[in-house]
Amino acid sequence: MFSNRTVNILIPIISVLLGLLSGAIIMLAFGYNPVAGYAALWNGAFGDLYFFGETLRQVTPYILSGLAVAFALRTGLLNIGVEGQVFVGWLASVWVGVAFELPSIIHLPLAIIAAALAGAFWGFIPGILKAKLGVHEVIVTIMMNYIALYVTNEIVRNVITDGEDKTERIAETASLASPWLAEMTFYSRLHYGLLIALFVAFIMWFLLNKTTTGFELRSVGFNQNASQYAGMNVSKNIILAMVISGAFAGLAGAMEGLGTFGYLSVKSGFTNIGFDGIAVALLGANTALGVVLAAFLFGTLKIGALNMPTASGVPTELVEIVIALIIFFVASSYMIRWIILRFKKEGK
Amino acid sequence: MSFFEILQSIIPQAVFFAAPLIFTALGGVFSERSGIINIGLEGLMVMGAFVGIVFNLAFVDVFGNWTPWVSILAAMVVSAIFALVHAVASITFRADQVVSGVAINFLALGIGLFLTKQWYDKGQTDMVERPFYTTDIPVLSKIPIIGDLFFSGMYLTSYLAIILAFAAWFILFKTPFGLRLRSVGEHPMAADTNGINVYGMRYVAVMISGALGGLGGSVFALTIALNFSHATIVGQGFMSLAAVIFGKWHPLGALGAALFFGFAQSLSIVGSGIPLLSDVPQIFLLIAPYVLTILALAGFIGRAEAPKALGESYVKGNR
Repeated sequence: MFSNRTVNILIPIISVLLGLLSGAIIMLAFGYNPVAGYAALWNGAFGDLYFFGETLRQVTPYILSGLAVAFALRTGLLNIGVEGQVFVGWLASVWVGVAFELPSIIHLPLAIIAAALAGAFWGFIPGILKAKLGVHEVIVTIMMNYIALYVTNEIVRNVITDGEDKTERIAETASLASPWLAEMTFYSRLHYGLLIALFVAFIMWFLLNKTTTGFELRSVGFNQNASQYAGMNVSKNIILAMVISGAFAGLAGAMEGLGTFGYLSVKSGFTNIGFDGIAVALLGANTALGVVLAAFLFGTLKIGALNMPTASGVPTELVEIVIALIIFFVASSYMIRWIILRFKKEGK
Repeated sequence: MSFFEILQSIIPQAVFFAAPLIFTALGGVFSERSGIINIGLEGLMVMGAFVGIVFNLAFVDVFGNWTPWVSILAAMVVSAIFALVHAVASITFRADQVVSGVAINFLALGIGLFLTKQWYDKGQTDMVERPFYTTDIPVLSKIPIIGDLFFSGMYLTSYLAIILAFAAWFILFKTPFGLRLRSVGEHPMAADTNGINVYGMRYVAVMISGALGGLGGSVFALTIALNFSHATIVGQGFMSLAAVIFGKWHPLGALGAALFFGFAQSLSIVGSGIPLLSDVPQIFLLIAPYVLTILALAGFIGRAEAPKALGESYVKGNR
């Protein structure tokens, strides 16, 4: 009745449903109407073209941060450092956007490449420490997040500007903003970045599934010893995986820097784009298509939630709880798998 | 400024900043020694800070001067129960411990902010009326030099943190309970064979880490922050995690590391008044704990072995 493949697809769906159900129970417990609450969420995300544009805008960095986490996971690495890589990518893109005067055809690609390189470098450090010294990447990437946060703040405040709290706006020639898309969606902040994100998703799928490098990366992820024995260079693959993952995350930063905001301000804390990327990757089962779908779901939840307090009185934070619970359910997929198999046996 | 005056301005500050980190890091030591990674320390601190503040605000008329003490107790109990979520997911349901910890961090912040909106109708709570106050220890503060450095203008919770570190060392290394807890983190199957309840020990360890994380969070809230918002706990939990690793998974090591991080933080605040240090940009002091942890992990500051079974869920009957 259920093949393994079906179970793998069922787990994220069941997790999302359980998460939404828990959210409904919480709303009931605090005297709200869950139907009104979720209706407000739906309208906040898809109610009119403006909201829809904002939803797609939010989906854009999520696709990239999700791809970053998923790419690392496919190669057996857990990249908790996407958050920091987003920061340095954001900084690099804005820096190039502010500092140069170039024609658009050179300026924009240069800013995007700078973001990818910065993210790649931020991924390279934990990568080489893991490959050469066997240092666990999880802790290093967490520490790198904080270093990124403080260092970018310092650079914004004292290097790019003279004690200001945010950088100047980037030059128009480096902007991803699209008058055409904005106009079509009642002047939302939707920008061309979405196309880049979808293209990167395609690149990841192609790289992992259609190239020798991708085969090696996945192979190392499955079994390091076997890959070593088969003549693959394990440490080179670990470093490469972290570098590519970091580059994806850096691009997510560029989406914010060149598309949504056009500047970088001093941050008191994290943006959560990277941490949400972990959830996106897990829910998307680490595949390119899955990540795009999961990013769409989380973008919808986040933007839709903004409409909940005014339309139904439910605090937006409810959605954070729902997202956290969805992660728990996916992470505890052993439980769901066990229940599905239980049903399968009884069905016979 | 004389050397003595410099010390006098730095040491109490350092201990003041270190105390919440010490509590939380000790919690991390218990959890990780039993083999369960606890990235969720940050979330446990958030939960502790939230409960500590809310309890303090709500019951200040009932408990009077004892309010902060009862508040941190309440925070310990609630956070211990909250840590059960991590325990159930990572021990019973064999979830990836890192992922489950990340979810704990999200969940704590979500619940805390949701309830704050719900109860106070705004993004942050009011300031507490009765936080912890500094005191001079009678008699001891009269000792020349030492009295001024270590026994005047201090929070009692700071002493509690240091005493607790030694208690944790005694429990982990000198009692049968500690031996069992460590054995479960090193070689769960061998422990199981010897009749130790692996799942039980791990549940207890994670709940202890919840209680201590809650204690750390509430002490931070009631000595430093004085209210609860999304920006109350930003990274202190991860800094405590860094202290666990930097301290080589040893309670006294964690104590030392947390004191060092507190020292670095106080330098970045007092530093401008000290001749040599005022030239060092603050940024270096801010990132010092994180850079040092990476260097420690890379083995540049003496190699430490993590508990062997750290991060692996134990499946009875598997070999």
